[in-house]
Amino acid sequence: MTEAQEQTPLVRIRDLKIEGRADETWMPIINGVDLDLHRGEVLGLIGESGAGKSTLGLAAMGYTRDGVRISGGSVEFDGIDLLSASAATKRALLGKRIAYVAQSAAASFNPAHRLIDQHVEAPVQHGVMSRSDSVEDGIELYRRLRLPNPEEIGFRYPHQVSGGQLQRAMTAMAMSCRPDLIIFDEPTTALDVTTQIEVLAAIRDIVDQFGTAAIYITHDLAVVAQMADRIKVLLRGDEVEEAETREMLDHPREDYTKSLWAVREFRRPQKPDAAPGAVPVIEVDKVTAAYGDTTVLRDVSFKIHEGRTVAVVGESGSGKSTAARCITGLLPPARGKVLLDGEELPPDYRKRSKMQLRQVQMIYQMADTALNPRKSIAEIIGRPVEFYMGLRGREKRRRVDELLDQIELPGDEFRHRLPSELSGGQKQRVGIARALAAEPRFIICDEVTSALDQLVAEGILKLLARLQDELHLSYMFITHDLATVRSIADWVVVMKEGRVVEQGPKDEMFRPPHHAYTDLLLSSVPEMDPDWLTNLLAERGVDNIGDAAADKMQ
Amino acid sequence: MNPVVKIILQRLALGLLTLFIVSIVIFTAVNMLPGDFAQAILGQGASPEAVEAIRRDLGLDQPPVTRYLQWLGDALRGDLGNSFAQANFSSFVGEGSGGARVTVAQQIAPRFANTMFLAGVTAAIAVPFAVTLGVLAALYRNSAFDKAANVATLTSISSPEFFLAYVLILFLAVLNPVLPSLSNIYADMGFGERLVKTLLPALTLTLVVTAHMMRMTRAAIINLLASPYIEMARLKGIGPMRVIVKHALPNALAPIINVIALNLAYLITGVVVVEVVFVYPGIGQLFVDSVKIRDIPVVQACCLIFAAAYILLNLTADILSIATNPRLRQPK
Repeated sequence: MTEAQEQTPLVRIRDLKIEGRADETWMPIINGVDLDLHRGEVLGLIGESGAGKSTLGLAAMGYTRDGVRISGGSVEFDGIDLLSASAATKRALLGKRIAYVAQSAAASFNPAHRLIDQHVEAPVQHGVMSRSDSVEDGIELYRRLRLPNPEEIGFRYPHQVSGGQLQRAMTAMAMSCRPDLIIFDEPTTALDVTTQIEVLAAIRDIVDQFGTAAIYITHDLAVVAQMADRIKVLLRGDEVEEAETREMLDHPREDYTKSLWAVREFRRPQKPDAAPGAVPVIEVDKVTAAYGDTTVLRDVSFKIHEGRTVAVVGESGSGKSTAARCITGLLPPARGKVLLDGEELPPDYRKRSKMQLRQVQMIYQMADTALNPRKSIAEIIGRPVEFYMGLRGREKRRRVDELLDQIELPGDEFRHRLPSELSGGQKQRVGIARALAAEPRFIICDEVTSALDQLVAEGILKLLARLQDELHLSYMFITHDLATVRSIADWVVVMKEGRVVEQGPKDEMFRPPHHAYTDLLLSSVPEMDPDWLTNLLAERGVDNIGDAAADKMQ
Repeated sequence: MNPVVKIILQRLALGLLTLFIVSIVIFTAVNMLPGDFAQAILGQGASPEAVEAIRRDLGLDQPPVTRYLQWLGDALRGDLGNSFAQANFSSFVGEGSGGARVTVAQQIAPRFANTMFLAGVTAAIAVPFAVTLGVLAALYRNSAFDKAANVATLTSISSPEFFLAYVLILFLAVLNPVLPSLSNIYADMGFGERLVKTLLPALTLTLVVTAHMMRMTRAAIINLLASPYIEMARLKGIGPMRVIVKHALPNALAPIINVIALNLAYLITGVVVVEVVFVYPGIGQLFVDSVKIRDIPVVQACCLIFAAAYILLNLTADILSIATNPRLRQPK
């Protein structure tokens, strides 16, 4: 490599302005961002949703989605001006010299074709390799990315391969032409922690091996700390700051960056254990449940006391949500029982009294789909007020206002709005108010913060904590995010494949020694230390992290 | 058992059940038609005795349930009965005159073959044409080509079939006499000649069915263009044509196949008008004629064939949809 080549960046973006179409007008998404990326370098792009990370990442490929346009600035890739280049010129670069790894591999692989057919498409179409060479190379890449059965896995259809494996297969696909640049667009956001760590290790390893430059987009600071050489922080289309990873983590300059760093520090002290002999609000007693012939819960037992938060953690498919469905009566258990204040609840919700139904309420993960889009906020909250409490007219209005007040949304402003006019965090607050309207003693929070940005999520957690103190509520907190557990739980239940692996008070659970699986879960959560992944790999070896380790435990 | 085989057997059983229910509906509906065959054939001056004799001959004096069971039992054995209109009644010609009775099957078979031929020729032209047009319209969506294709196909589907038929006759048989305007075909005609004679009605029907299939192809493909895997294909530098044909079309096949099946069923059951215009001896004409003279066995048999055609084609569409979906074809 000559001196000159080393000095010109591979990607050079200057004063880039991007607009998106909303309601017939063009709204700015990116307001003049500069970006330089050198060969072999990994740049982390972080920011909340709506910050324009993905839009910027795609623009670095000279690509915009429908309804988005580049309104100013320049994008150069290796000296080629991508904004004025013809479609054919860009197509010749895409897939061959610039590749993309999408957030959801499950959605980004074509369901109609085998993995290997999609893998070889770019090399064959771009004339880089023959089909048979590319197939061989694909198998080699699968092996390097530590996919199980590398010879065989490519000949499966996407639906026959798990999410974490698909994400690695997509990284292999991006590598198929040995590109100079790969854009990773939140490649691990949709994965469980134990799966995420494997994918992270695989991506970092292969990017190192081939010296590929990368733009790594994520909202997770701990993840970006492992992957990136430099970090750029975006906020609503503006660059906040950019620095070397260590510098950025140790000495963030801007207030916004500092606030992002601080989010993970919200922590509630664990409450003292309930008095011995106290009757739990909810007791799940040796519950076994099945969907059809598939047993998904086996002998699950735990107790939730008044004013306490029990966090149920585990991977997707571990039975967390099924346990909630058994408690609410949506899925009558095959064996075992659920007790409310020491009294057995009828297994089927249709056989429960209004009084019993009222005591158990739920808040959902996707506030978007859990609120009727055609009803105003007052109607959404007013419905359970009327149904459970029998209030009407002025009294109902007064109660709705009181509830809005409790969730910190001023009634005058929000009463008549529709859900679509609220932000994600506000919608989740309405979901909370709707649960509170029944004046329950127990609320199931099903991944209530996982669709939200960290700052917003923190606000929701604080609100839930305050309401718990004021109203003596008990929470069952279903989550796969251990940071959330650490901040608000009193008691932790760890589930794996429908069984409770371990349970105990939070302070004990986060202190060794643990059950091997709990230990694996805890150790898989990325930390802000940029050496965390390196150290973990050195300490445990690549075969003893993530799903590979979980599989060994069976 | 292989899940696909299981699904197919389930659908087949459901199809038979549907056919059974349809047979009841057909029988009831046909028997509710006002007037009866005996009166229709004997005219206004018929003596009550003569009417009664014919009714007894044909079993029309039996209660409906008995007649239905009789008909169903025969049909199950493949015997669709005898045509009333072609029968020689003992009251006319005397017992044992040896007058050969023409069965419904014999009467329908050649007509049905003709109809299938016309439907086959039309499908061979219309399906590839409509799907190609749909793919191109999706590729050049919102362009002049797309709009022209939409306007043209919508115009043709909105016009009455006989009007389209006469327009085609005007242009292809009268002004430029390249095709015959009459499609009178015979049993011993060669394939080539038969094809030429069938072409005009086939083209007319093509105009009628293209719009539906083309618009579904276009819509089903465009519906998928926002999918992440389509974006992925574009970001791999794949050309627009290949993106649509290789990445969108395979995933859009299920709705397209279903619409094609419905249109093919229409070609078998709904083409009376076109048959009449071109004097094409198909099953549609036979059906209408039989209704006019209350030839109940023929009407019932035609209805049964129409229902079976719908059920079979939809079944085929279901099976093909499964065959094109790897999720169903190759379970985890």
